[in-house]
Amino acid sequence: MDDKPGRFKSRLPLWAAIIAGAAALATALVMALYSNISTRQAEAREIAFKVLDLDERSIDPAPWAKNFPRQFDGYQRTAELTFTKYGGAGPNQKPISKLEEDPNLLMIFSGYPFSIDYNRRRGHAYMLTDQKVTGRVTKAKQTGSCLHCHASNAVAFREVGLKRGAPGTLDESLTSAHGQAQLLEGLDGVSRMPYDQAAKLVEHPVACLDCHDPKNMALRVTKPAFIRGIAALASGEGLVPHLPSIEKWRQGDRARPYDPNQDASRQEMRSFACGQCHVEYYCGPKTTLFFPWNKGLKVEQIEAYYDEYRFPDGHRFFDWKHPKTGAEVLKAQHPEFETWSQSLHARAGVSCADCHMPYVREGAIKISDHHVRSPLLNLSKSCQTCHRFPEEQLKATVLAIQDRHHALMMRAEDALVQLIGAVEKARKSGMDEAALQQVFDFQRKAQWRVDFINAENSMGFHAPQEAARILAESIDYSRQGFVSLSALQLSASRPNSAPSTKDKSGILGQTIPTPSGSGTSASFEKTASLVRAPNN
Amino acid sequence: MNAAFTVPLTVLASLLVGAFVGTGGFTFVSAKGVSYLSDDPAVCVNCHIMREQYDGWRQSSHHAQATCNDCHLPQDNIVHKFYVKASNGYRHSKAFTLQNFAEPIRIVPSNSKVLENNCLRCHAEMIDAITAHGTLGVAATPAGNVDVHGCVRCHVDVGHGPRR
Repeated sequence: MDDKPGRFKSRLPLWAAIIAGAAALATALVMALYSNISTRQAEAREIAFKVLDLDERSIDPAPWAKNFPRQFDGYQRTAELTFTKYGGAGPNQKPISKLEEDPNLLMIFSGYPFSIDYNRRRGHAYMLTDQKVTGRVTKAKQTGSCLHCHASNAVAFREVGLKRGAPGTLDESLTSAHGQAQLLEGLDGVSRMPYDQAAKLVEHPVACLDCHDPKNMALRVTKPAFIRGIAALASGEGLVPHLPSIEKWRQGDRARPYDPNQDASRQEMRSFACGQCHVEYYCGPKTTLFFPWNKGLKVEQIEAYYDEYRFPDGHRFFDWKHPKTGAEVLKAQHPEFETWSQSLHARAGVSCADCHMPYVREGAIKISDHHVRSPLLNLSKSCQTCHRFPEEQLKATVLAIQDRHHALMMRAEDALVQLIGAVEKARKSGMDEAALQQVFDFQRKAQWRVDFINAENSMGFHAPQEAARILAESIDYSRQGFVSLSALQLSASRPNSAPSTKDKSGILGQTIPTPSGSGTSASFEKTASLVRAPNN
Repeated sequence: MNAAFTVPLTVLASLLVGAFVGTGGFTFVSAKGVSYLSDDPAVCVNCHIMREQYDGWRQSSHHAQATCNDCHLPQDNIVHKFYVKASNGYRHSKAFTLQNFAEPIRIVPSNSKVLENNCLRCHAEMIDAITAHGTLGVAATPAGNVDVHGCVRCHVDVGHGPRR
């Protein structure tokens, strides 16, 4: 009868011990959870840790690293050797040579430093060292302009500006009137220096100060050619529906030039910071480095500006004279910003940083990933934020676009190389430069377009349909050049019926194509009858 | 066991249980535990992960009409509502504490169904003609994610605002 309570009573110490043990363990777990929660709450409150004061002279990223260790970690990782099918320098320390990959380029860039040494690009960390050792700098003469983008240049440029008589001191903000004057004066000064002399003024590749205000970390642009170029773009007629702050400025009184540091939205600055360098520009010895955006950002708008542009000696703009043909041709740089500007992504308000520096979370802290790299290496953070599809599917989509453009680009290069070869042969058989002017214009147009896509780092992806359009035009111009040359040769061998440009009766009873300076659609129509499908 | 241990062990057990209740209660309060029982959207950013969604919602067309819970919890009865709330709360707190979740975060299939039903609940009159033909609703895919197949595939910014 009293058996049960008796047993319980005798086991009471055991139960008490078990309860005590469980309570102790549970308390420990609760405290661990509390500590975890407190950490997250602290992280959410403090996103910056100000250890050091930074100012306009803080060109070395090391002190910034103390205040922003997470961003700095990512920034340092740009030294990693990353690569994709078409981008990045490959798995080895020695970058893949584009000239070995694609021997067409030797012919296309004949007589220009890019035929000496042209490698696939490595990460930001290598921008300065790789430039110092490239054959384009060691075996050819370059100016200080290169350092506008290959180095953290703000302080160096301002110091040169001050020496050349710009007002103020280095302590003033870069965005102040004096700071801007120093910067622009410095650009003119450094552009006139030989490379070796200018290279002594800088020591870091792109660093924090190039994109951030040291006082409050706000994004800002510091590269003077961009500041000039974007102001010229705003003053011009080129359509920029993806840059609302420019459209707003255009509707205003235009009392002062468009200033990205004052006028642009934060989201625009997340593209402008990259557009300071990832653009088309002229950096040769004949004039100060400039961005050719006065007429707009599209390939033919830049071309039209170049065609109108006269060097100080009065000569029409060109980058080099092709030794095999004699044509004065253009070299595209890396027009990522311009190409992105034509894309659906740009129209949807997606900035460079959204894909190349996507937001990442560490605990409760959200930062933008300063390991700038191809989105193909980070599909979940870069693409899936908007496109909720499996990574393999996204990757396949991007690669399909790139493969298509690569195939089209190879056709465009082949067409151009054939044109160059044919003109070279004609020159050898005695045809003079004067007779070939219209063929030269075709070479210039075809070369400019295929190079625009080849030099651009996305193999078409930054604006797929636009890139394909540009390549199609390149192929067409090469073939028109070929037809035009054939017509000239034919008429030269039939002296009696030499066609003048007036009667335009060329080969096969068709019109001789002449390069139209006014635009592409006109020349398309004019020559549409020339290149027919076989069964037409 | 010796009865001599009974009293001290019982006292110790009581003390430790008291400590557990105390620290547990303190943690619960400091983690704003009570707030999770409410419908206040600010609760959803307690743990910071939903900050973007919360900020987006404040910019969205539904801001004045619907809060997080109006769309993301079932509204048929209170038991179902709190069951879903509790199971989400458990998953979220586990993921956030262990920091072992995939980003970008995505709605799970069961919550997709809840969300889609809430679209239909308010907009039924307008979309009767569409749903009558069975062309809306969570698609018959294995995952059934509403962000790929449901109303919000196209009407993506009505809840969380423009993505960029």
